[in-house]
Amino acid sequence: MTASDPEFEADCIRRILGGEKQLFHELIRPCERAIYFLLFSLLRNETDAEDAAQETAIKVYLNLHLFRGDAQFRTWVLSIARNEGLGRLRKQANRREDSLDAETDDQTGDYTPAILTSWREIPAEALERKELGALLRKAIEGLPGIYRNVVLLRDIEEMDVRETAVALGITEGAVKVRLHRARALLQRELAPQLKGFAPRRKGLFGWAK
Amino acid sequence: MRIDCKHVWKHISAYIDGDVDAALRAEIDRHLETCEICSAVLDSTRNIVVLTADDRVFELPAGFSERLHARLDRELDLPKS
Repeated sequence: MTASDPEFEADCIRRILGGEKQLFHELIRPCERAIYFLLFSLLRNETDAEDAAQETAIKVYLNLHLFRGDAQFRTWVLSIARNEGLGRLRKQANRREDSLDAETDDQTGDYTPAILTSWREIPAEALERKELGALLRKAIEGLPGIYRNVVLLRDIEEMDVRETAVALGITEGAVKVRLHRARALLQRELAPQLKGFAPRRKGLFGWAK
Repeated sequence: MRIDCKHVWKHISAYIDGDVDAALRAEIDRHLETCEICSAVLDSTRNIVVLTADDRVFELPAGFSERLHARLDRELDLPKS
């Protein structure tokens, strides 16, 4: 039984509200990564994201009696995280030029991919090389905010379209469009750089060092 | 009617997610059979999606969880107002 199980969550919440406060640790633990990375995507700073993540967890605890169970628990938690992040951004707004409102979906135009004539699969083991992870992080962190958020939740936290839409307060259609553009931008930027990480030869063990 | 490369690119993300209808999927598959460029674009995009999902790419800062739960412990000790 895991905490992503709605029955476990409901039971846990009942017991926490009934006084078994320490159970809150187990309830929030499976959401930690998603909370942090959503806030990191919004705030773009590790220290701020960590501080906001702690505030989010405390707000979830203090407002636990308001959770109605009509959304998934994690989705509700991520809405609180998003509000926490947006609140902080608004406070910083006079110090920042790029406001969230400026990032709309009207950037249309063609997303021409990097044109390749062949692609050799880069296996996950290649991530043992630190530079590969660094390249991926840099490309994702460099995406416009509205795309970065969607990639973080859909492709990194592997949330479904519906949950992502609720957590970000956008439509499911917008999630799909933004994810498509984000992936196209990542392919264009990364494909030429990543080619060098493909195995040099196809051996019995696939990945040649 | 044979769909062109741009049409395929437009649907790559949905195709990867299995979010295209059967007719469109069949058209794209037919195009991919003979278009090495679109095959490579699809393979590279899918490869990038798979790699970014790996937990090693985005890791929580060291000690994040310990600090979070220590802070929660302090909060849980407070009487609820």
